[in-house]
Amino acid sequence: MSIVTVQLGQCGNQIGFEVFDALFNDSHCPGGLCSKRENEAYQASCKERFFSEEENGVPVARAVLVDMERKVISQTLSKAARSGRWKYGQHSCFCQKQGSGNNWAYGYSVHGPRHKESIMNLIQKEVEKCDSLSGFFIIMSMAGGTGSGLGAFVTQNLQDQYSSALKMNHIIWPYGTGEVIVQNYNSILTLSHLYRSSDALLVHENDAVHKICAKLMNIKQISFCDINQVLAHQLGSVFQPTYSREGSFHYRRNPLGDLMENLVPHPEFKMLGVRNIPQMSENSLAYSTFTWAGLLKHLRQMLISNAKMEEGIDWQVRPPLSGLPPLGKMSVNKETHFNTSIANLVILRGKDVHSADVGHHRALKRVLCAEHLKIQLSILPG
Amino acid sequence: MEEGVVNEILQGPLRDVFDSKQLITDISGSGNNWAVGHKVFGSLYQEKILEKLRKSAEHCDCLQCFFIIHSMGGGTGSGLGTFLLKVLKDEFPEVYRFVTSIYPSGEDDVITSPYNSILAMKELNEHADCVLPIDNQSLFDIISKIDLMMNSGKLGAAIKPKSLVTSSTGVFKKRQEKPFDAMNNIVANLLLNLTSSARFEGSLNMDLNEIIMNLVPFPQLHYLVSSLTPLYTLADVNIPPRRLDQMFSDAFSKDHQLIRADPKHSLYLACALMVRGNVQISDLRRNIERLKPSLQFVSWNQEGWKTSLCSVPPVGHSHSLLALANNTCVKPTFIDLRERFIRLYKKKAHLHHYLQIEGMEESCFTEAVSSLSALIQEYNQLDATKSMPVEDLPRLNIAM
Repeated sequence: MSIVTVQLGQCGNQIGFEVFDALFNDSHCPGGLCSKRENEAYQASCKERFFSEEENGVPVARAVLVDMERKVISQTLSKAARSGRWKYGQHSCFCQKQGSGNNWAYGYSVHGPRHKESIMNLIQKEVEKCDSLSGFFIIMSMAGGTGSGLGAFVTQNLQDQYSSALKMNHIIWPYGTGEVIVQNYNSILTLSHLYRSSDALLVHENDAVHKICAKLMNIKQISFCDINQVLAHQLGSVFQPTYSREGSFHYRRNPLGDLMENLVPHPEFKMLGVRNIPQMSENSLAYSTFTWAGLLKHLRQMLISNAKMEEGIDWQVRPPLSGLPPLGKMSVNKETHFNTSIANLVILRGKDVHSADVGHHRALKRVLCAEHLKIQLSILPG
Repeated sequence: MEEGVVNEILQGPLRDVFDSKQLITDISGSGNNWAVGHKVFGSLYQEKILEKLRKSAEHCDCLQCFFIIHSMGGGTGSGLGTFLLKVLKDEFPEVYRFVTSIYPSGEDDVITSPYNSILAMKELNEHADCVLPIDNQSLFDIISKIDLMMNSGKLGAAIKPKSLVTSSTGVFKKRQEKPFDAMNNIVANLLLNLTSSARFEGSLNMDLNEIIMNLVPFPQLHYLVSSLTPLYTLADVNIPPRRLDQMFSDAFSKDHQLIRADPKHSLYLACALMVRGNVQISDLRRNIERLKPSLQFVSWNQEGWKTSLCSVPPVGHSHSLLALANNTCVKPTFIDLRERFIRLYKKKAHLHHYLQIEGMEESCFTEAVSSLSALIQEYNQLDATKSMPVEDLPRLNIAM
């Protein structure tokens, strides 16, 4: 089943490009731990989800690009075409000239209704290309004008028009020290609207990803490109195919369905986060070895101590013995507060994945596996 | 309203840039009289100006804003310029009006400049969306600083040619009189950097409407203090991060502001940083974290930063920064202006030149000065909250 991605605003489009790039590179990277047949099955599954075939064999991303000004979209289109290995559809983008001025109201109440027909038509065309639709993945920021306002409007319309398709919104939480002065207004308005119309909100905070780049990836001068690549890596580890019960040549068909089923048990609780391990620069990768036990232990501690990356984890945090926090007693030190999850999903990717023992970690529940090239471990707490 | 300057442009190297049908001139000028510019020429040329504006607007697919560039102290720029603001507001209400105003400095050559400025201020208060005040004295100080740097000839500190924020030809000339070309070049660079993110690509774009949206918290308080750094680049190609950080620090020092103001010791309502060139988000974040403790922000906007990154640096530089601040440090300029006005007005000096124009009465003057006083009062009120600690009002908490 396929996912149609809607990229909104400068943030959405820049991230969207990196995501498709990462997905493509991951499924096509040479050499690995699996047989050729396995690799082909993986590639086919990934392609079905995210790319459609074009006449001259170049896969076209299943995406609709929307922005209220031209520059970012043309940049994105040309970057994709330049790689020569995949590209965006020529007619899958919609742009205007005037921008949204960081004004949520402009995006929602002016641009939305004005361009509703055109945007929904583009999405419709993309949906018709799919054999079967798993749902929509909408990438947007909360601080700006287009991503936030128009994103909220589009999500609402998708709910009206495609009520049986699932919608996951990927929202970018702005830097705490401010990148836009009215970001708080825009964010609150966006969240309140999305909560009613979206099925799941996958949140990535600029601050957290920035720290990952600085501390783990050891990048000296971090650019938005670096941040987006880390984001894309995390999203890839969530969305790439995973095994179904039949075994290693068969992949699960409904990515969004799997995620929602496991992570959104109740419609009121739909905010998700990703924790990914290991995250490190390519150079350090050559000098590191991993075991499932070690990775799982780190990941679990990251989860319960509410750490976003594997450095600086507070190992003092332990689950309360009786399984329930004692009534009427607040923990004195905030940092030792145990982070309770509503639902978790662990995705394991790599060598000997079936040997990984997840069972004895109480905090980690459902498991999806895939054996492929990179060793990745992701957990999505609900 | 006189032909000399416009003719000079038409004969200069940029004559092909300007459409000769879009020029309006008269013969005698406004005589440094705001009333002549505003009332007389305003009504005389209103239709003609409107017609030319409409023609220009028709060429645009999407008109976003008007740039009005004028001085406050003269007659035409000040009078006719502010008359235009009202016309633009009525004719194109959805298009933003950005005004770059040159305020008269202490030693000004126009005696009636206080009258002209105060009368113009009233119009700016009411009809402009955003004003960038600049004064000649600050520009001149910046030029002097550059000259000093050039002539001091420190060892190994040769300035890269074409990297001066003032030079358009790359030739270093000794300047004796008021170097208006170089000063004007600074203002030109200001406008270039302001629009750079709209013209070029970047990883975090910022449009002109975003400037107004973010930096003008209340419609009255739309005066932005600007500063440009660096003023020159040394010929040393390797710019270590220390130099980059120096660029950020300079942007907040009072020597780099384009108006007499000290933003560090006043209250910030909002601040925008527009970076061009090879600067990444981590550099920006690091510098904001570094400089924030030394700046005072208003209590309801403690994290009030708007940032933008443009990949294309200006000619001759590897990176540059434009800082726009909505800060109470504009208050001294306005207070100064009001003082000079009152000194003249008390004696009713030069008043008759204004009053003899039809439509001008003494009430125009009193209204104008009270509008300015109201503005100063607003800034005073904000300043009063400066040293008060940030109040944490009891709010409804969402149980986590």
